[in-house]
Amino acid sequence: MYRYDQFDHKLVTERVNQFRGQVSRRMSGEMTEDEFKPLRLMNGVYLQLHAYMLRVAVPYGTLSSVQMHKLADIATKYDKGYGHFTTRQNLQYNWPALEDLPKILDELAEVEMHAIQTSGNCIRNVTADQYAGAAADEIDDPRIWSEIIRQWSTFHPEFTFLPRKFKFAVTGCSNDRAAIRVHDIGIELVRGKDGDVAFDIHVGGGQGRTPMIAKLIGEAISREDLLAYLEATLRVYNMSGRRDHLYKSRIKILVHDIGAEEMKRLVEEEFALVKKQGVLQLPQEEVDRIRAYFAAPDFETLDAECPELDAAMASNKRFAAWVNTNTAQHKQAGYTIANISLKPIGGVAGDASDAQMHVVADVAEKYSFSEIRVTHEQNLVLAHVKKSDLLALWETLEANGMGTPNLGLITDQIVCPGLDYCALANARSIPIGQEITERFADLDRQHNIGELKLKISGCINACGHHHVGHIGILGVDKKGTEYYQVTLGGSADEITSVGKIVGRAFTEHEIVDAIETIVEVYLDLRESPDERFLDAYRRVGIAPFKEKLYADN
Amino acid sequence: MPIIKKGEWVSDEWISVDDETDLPVEGDVLVSLTRYQENAAALTARAGKLGVRLEASEPPEAIADVVGSFDLITVDFPAFKDGRGYSYARLLRERFGYTGELRAVGNVLRDQLSLMWRCGFDAFHVNQSITPEVFAESIGELSIAYQPTGVTKDTVMNARHK
Repeated sequence: MYRYDQFDHKLVTERVNQFRGQVSRRMSGEMTEDEFKPLRLMNGVYLQLHAYMLRVAVPYGTLSSVQMHKLADIATKYDKGYGHFTTRQNLQYNWPALEDLPKILDELAEVEMHAIQTSGNCIRNVTADQYAGAAADEIDDPRIWSEIIRQWSTFHPEFTFLPRKFKFAVTGCSNDRAAIRVHDIGIELVRGKDGDVAFDIHVGGGQGRTPMIAKLIGEAISREDLLAYLEATLRVYNMSGRRDHLYKSRIKILVHDIGAEEMKRLVEEEFALVKKQGVLQLPQEEVDRIRAYFAAPDFETLDAECPELDAAMASNKRFAAWVNTNTAQHKQAGYTIANISLKPIGGVAGDASDAQMHVVADVAEKYSFSEIRVTHEQNLVLAHVKKSDLLALWETLEANGMGTPNLGLITDQIVCPGLDYCALANARSIPIGQEITERFADLDRQHNIGELKLKISGCINACGHHHVGHIGILGVDKKGTEYYQVTLGGSADEITSVGKIVGRAFTEHEIVDAIETIVEVYLDLRESPDERFLDAYRRVGIAPFKEKLYADN
Repeated sequence: MPIIKKGEWVSDEWISVDDETDLPVEGDVLVSLTRYQENAAALTARAGKLGVRLEASEPPEAIADVVGSFDLITVDFPAFKDGRGYSYARLLRERFGYTGELRAVGNVLRDQLSLMWRCGFDAFHVNQSITPEVFAESIGELSIAYQPTGVTKDTVMNARHK
């Protein structure tokens, strides 16, 4: 993975010192809270319902074992012994004290980590496909390009006070595991005319109260032009994006208001001028330098088949279920990609205790070249595991509450922190998610239902990605009572769609039954067990679900 | 309000004239973009120096071809969170080739100085708490940049591939 050189080190160290100064000027009263707020936010410090929250950047979701041990230690020392992995592939601490923050940032800097670009109206931490460098289907490793974008966007002086926050996601192939079409800019690596890696730039996607699917604005942009094209897009947005209304300030609103064609025209006009200046060309030698950090690890030459794995699966049903759901095809024979579920039945989606983080760091060291990925669906990945090591890995995970065989199933939910933590929330998300996992705890039942992405947000800001859940749940407040609105048919993959509201909202006592009814309707009408919930929904539409849900009305 | 230019206090000799007031016979005048556009010939023909005020809603393309007419361009930041002026500064410096004084005015705070500096501002209308020492400290906090912007051409990338 990428290692800082002297320049990256220097910048992060200087940044920590800068923030230390800002904290002390705030504490002395020299700075008002209003002036301090955007500065603390740019260093990842939020104020939640009950306490400050620190969001630590995990660039494109990649962590080393050493870094994971450090995250665990910080959770022990400065928090309540756990951390929360987020849909932005970051880690949040929910209970740090303000005066400890510079110390925490110092500790993070020791392992080349920081909280830069995790908040504020700047270019946020870049996210990417969690199977980068391991997936059989990728055109190129998205981490290389994400790192290049990370450096270009870090402390960019022109784009630190954009109209609103700005999120990038990068996928290395047409199978989109990074939800690129619901990001401000989503980048898909493609092959250009010359056969080299090129970039399709999708602009103006997003969730929140106005969900939008990004439009393809830049097609097959070349390596050399990538940064110039991004700078041009950001400049058009910085100068033309709305600033009069918080909810209308994202780039998706600009693209929607002026239209994709006009956006493309503006960006291309600006791009031609940026390119003419020439200073922002991306030289091949810099790409090569960064690419070297992401070279494939030293794989052993192995058979594709692994009889010991087959035997273990035959004798252990739960393990077999885990292999079937939680592993994915690796490009190297004899290896596999292992997903660690952070969604135990009755647990809090994305939470990991300090002890669990240490375990993950250890198994990564033992079985996967000391490297870990965080996924936008709030799980972890060991990208390069030998098939012959899978049983030993799973046994360790299982013994520590992380062996649940539910990846992509109904209990593998994205859940926002909701009213349990968040100052913006209208309703609780976590307990609803927990109840649903308990209702569907039976593993055979979950596997029979098959792939079903359920996503829960506690307010319209949609941090729980409910718009793109096959089943989405949105918490709303009606005169002081929490209600839950259900959407169906959303998806965040290469065929992105925004879910449709099924009807009137449900109370907290009704919502779990409603979800069960939806699942039963699906099971009744699917053409075969191979027809996924989403496919069935797309075939039959919302009517049969609506009919059954509101039959008594 | 004092002005810091290139790191030092300077006194403001400019006469800022609003759109309803007659121009003084002598002296360097600073006018709005509207007034400049309505009276460009007369303003350029005057004896003193000429400056123009850009509001946050006035992109600098309007003066792209005539930046050489000005010795001062001020860019207003109505609120520190309104970042349009950063783009304006880069366009003026890097694209339109403006070499005169580029002054940030409005809600100009200590922690934005280095960003403004890196985009090409060389003068700042600041409050009393920002002394030249504070200014130097602020713009020195980050000693190297990833991006080539404004005056920063010594980027990390250039240093790496020397």
